[in-house]
Amino acid sequence: MGGLIAYGAYIPYHRLQRSRIAAVLGSGGGPGSRAVASYDEDTTSMGAEAARAALRMLEGAGATPRQLYFATAAPAYLDKTNAAAIHAALRLPESALAVDMAGAVRSGVGALLAAADARVPTLAVLSDVRTGLPGGGDEREGGDAAAALVFGGDGDGAPVIAEILAHHSTTGEFLDRWRLPGDPASRVWEERFGEHVYGPLAAGAYRAALAGAGITAAEIDHLAVTGVHGRATRAMAKAAGVRREALAPDLAAAIGNTGTAAAGIALCDLLDRAEPGQTLALVVLADGATVLLLRTTAALAAHRAPVPVSAQIAAGNDGLAYASYLTWRELLVREPPRRPDPEAPAAPPSHRGEEWKYGFVASRCEACGARHLPPARVCVACHAVDRMRAEPLADVPATIATFTVDRLAHTPSPPLVAAVIDFDGGGRFRCQLTDVAPEEVAIGGRVEMTFRRMVTAGGIHNYFWKARPLRQAEVPAGTAATAANGARGA
Amino acid sequence: MASKGIRDRVAVIGMGCTTFGEHWDRSTDDLLVDAAGDAIASAGVALEDVDAYWLGTMASGLSGLTLSRPLKLDYRPVSRMENMCATGSEAFRNACYAVASGAFDIVMAIGVEKLKDSGFSGLAIPSPPNDGTGGMGEITAPAMFSLLAPAYAKKYGVSDEALKEVMTRIAWKNHSNGARNPRAQFRKEVPKETIQNAPLIAGQLGIFDCSGVSDGAAAAILVRAEDAHRYTEHPMYVKGLSFVAGPGAGLLDPAYDYTTFPEVVAAARDAYAQAGVRDPRSELAMAEVHDCFTPTELVLMEDLGFSERGAGWEDVLSGTFDLGGELPVNPDGGLKAFGHPIGASGLRMLFECWLQLRGEAPPERTIASVASGRRLALTHNLGGGPGECVSFVSVVGSEPTA
Repeated sequence: MGGLIAYGAYIPYHRLQRSRIAAVLGSGGGPGSRAVASYDEDTTSMGAEAARAALRMLEGAGATPRQLYFATAAPAYLDKTNAAAIHAALRLPESALAVDMAGAVRSGVGALLAAADARVPTLAVLSDVRTGLPGGGDEREGGDAAAALVFGGDGDGAPVIAEILAHHSTTGEFLDRWRLPGDPASRVWEERFGEHVYGPLAAGAYRAALAGAGITAAEIDHLAVTGVHGRATRAMAKAAGVRREALAPDLAAAIGNTGTAAAGIALCDLLDRAEPGQTLALVVLADGATVLLLRTTAALAAHRAPVPVSAQIAAGNDGLAYASYLTWRELLVREPPRRPDPEAPAAPPSHRGEEWKYGFVASRCEACGARHLPPARVCVACHAVDRMRAEPLADVPATIATFTVDRLAHTPSPPLVAAVIDFDGGGRFRCQLTDVAPEEVAIGGRVEMTFRRMVTAGGIHNYFWKARPLRQAEVPAGTAATAANGARGA
Repeated sequence: MASKGIRDRVAVIGMGCTTFGEHWDRSTDDLLVDAAGDAIASAGVALEDVDAYWLGTMASGLSGLTLSRPLKLDYRPVSRMENMCATGSEAFRNACYAVASGAFDIVMAIGVEKLKDSGFSGLAIPSPPNDGTGGMGEITAPAMFSLLAPAYAKKYGVSDEALKEVMTRIAWKNHSNGARNPRAQFRKEVPKETIQNAPLIAGQLGIFDCSGVSDGAAAAILVRAEDAHRYTEHPMYVKGLSFVAGPGAGLLDPAYDYTTFPEVVAAARDAYAQAGVRDPRSELAMAEVHDCFTPTELVLMEDLGFSERGAGWEDVLSGTFDLGGELPVNPDGGLKAFGHPIGASGLRMLFECWLQLRGEAPPERTIASVASGRRLALTHNLGGGPGECVSFVSVVGSEPTA
């Protein structure tokens, strides 16, 4: 029987304390904070990070997704498939379908259901960057994040960690929240109207899903309700009839409502906290309602995301200045450095170098073992020609050999921090550091690679890799996990 | 390396050099006409006597037409050379080989760069269409070279404060030399406190640790050594010429520690072998080196063999490389104070050797080493950065080897 086989969340490093909004604007704000995608992130790059986390759970299991559904309300490109960049970053096989479900918040749960119902292993990636006008509710209450969920069957090589008991959806056509293409902010109708419409839609879906699964609300061990309408989601949680302790904590206080990603983040968090053999309920309110019921299996105990949602929330840095937030979202236009505009990447070399640019695949000399970043045909150490094999390094940690703080370089968030990093097992690369303050960088510091949008120039997003401090505790040397890493690298 | 060298087979018989600086009122054409005119006047030849030309420019014009058009040359060969910051030296090197081969009797090497028309204060080098994964486009030149400072300090146990003092000393020295040079872009001495407290650009580099971005041109007229005395009593002989392009190993190999330029070490070894130099510190009268940033000059003192490894910083502080020191380095102010119009810089360095070896430098910056009998001078360029660069070293002298 099929079900969920892997999951991963990505919550960006930066937080904006809501009180900082009021400190600048004189009003708005409030308690808590929201997650903020960095200046070098967008829904595509965050989606790739979440998906990398999920696929790490499948390493060695041979369960490669054969479909990728990417849902976002803030696509980096229109017309062009954003899922293709994620597909490339994950190094999925060419034969794997990658499609966008873009535009509406509901696309998130839609992608999730499509993956759950698929006949081949399918990855759903839900990602959002929530924006609104300065001082508004959406700015304050939104949040940026991505989540990835992989569905498959036991026959695909990876154990099912949560079986799908049932899902049911209802749909309604009404004006509650909407945005014209290109507008900087969404519009909403009077809040009480939406609450009035969502109530019956939610209740109908909930009833039907419980009936489909043949369970009662009292049997639900963990319930999460997400949606685009705050009052309606709170009302639904109250009306669900589950035990008090079954209600999932509200993540929005710490990271905000992550829109399209919210359903995925909530599900990841439920899985982080659930024990084997428990019943999970996910309710999503967006232009209707969806209720998904799952039961965790015994396999969950040994197959959990390495970095839980709660740990990512705790690892955030809430020192972000409101002015930086506004600048990153292009809501505050700042004087650029007196340097030439950044150059756009060209299409043919980007395509030729797809494995390197998107997958961070270097090369390794079969004659002498030297690693080359970027990949090369002639070995720098022994000069052997065309004796290279592909060497994926995206998941290999590295150590800072030396670094500098560049105060002149063109970057949306000066100063640029550049480092020379040496990879575990060999190989050196010079790259930018991100999610870091210059004063916390030190020679010998440990870093990991992260997929980022380097710059947007000439209407082209330049995706590539940067290094960021390795903030989660490393698995001690000699354990099975590091041995597996070493074997892959050798 | 297997280079044979052309020691004493080619000589410089005339040179010209424009003032370097922000020449808002002079075009690339103007600078070329001026430098070429000064050089032929210096050599006592006419433009139509010059058989062939080597023009160095990184980005101020394509093809030989960049020179033949403003000079209105009558159907002569003009090679247009580019090798990043070693471009001027590369024009000189190839011109030398053409003369040594016997293909031409009189040739001109000329370099020019017009940087100040771009509107940007730093260097702005466009890249070929690429996949957007290169670091060069986003990391600036001062940032690349700033990597030398902490690496050097760590390797040799020099404190950050002491290293900053060394960098400051280098900038201070080159500014004091430039203050004695009417052609230099910056002609004022700068107090050490001003240098030390300047706003940071990248890493430990302040604004005064960076060379001047400027416009300028310089030129040399070359003939076979045996013909040189027909034109001047005091020709400058080419003793050694070396140029290397590295494999970029430092960017790939964790063993590279950012305290040396292997390309410079290789070029120096080759040039010294050609010129018969065994101990550069005691044999050279002076050196013009590529002080694009102050830590570069520090590392070069060791790479060029002027100081022992790890001892360069102490030699800098003790004044070894000052105008009145044992081995004056950049007596004309260097890239730091003279300015760095890329294509012209290598020839500008040779111009200072030309003046000093012939005793024609202004008295206030005349080095004592020539009077005390030293007859050799060195010029050095590099293009690129730590880990991946091209390097040029020449040795020139005022007398043929006995």
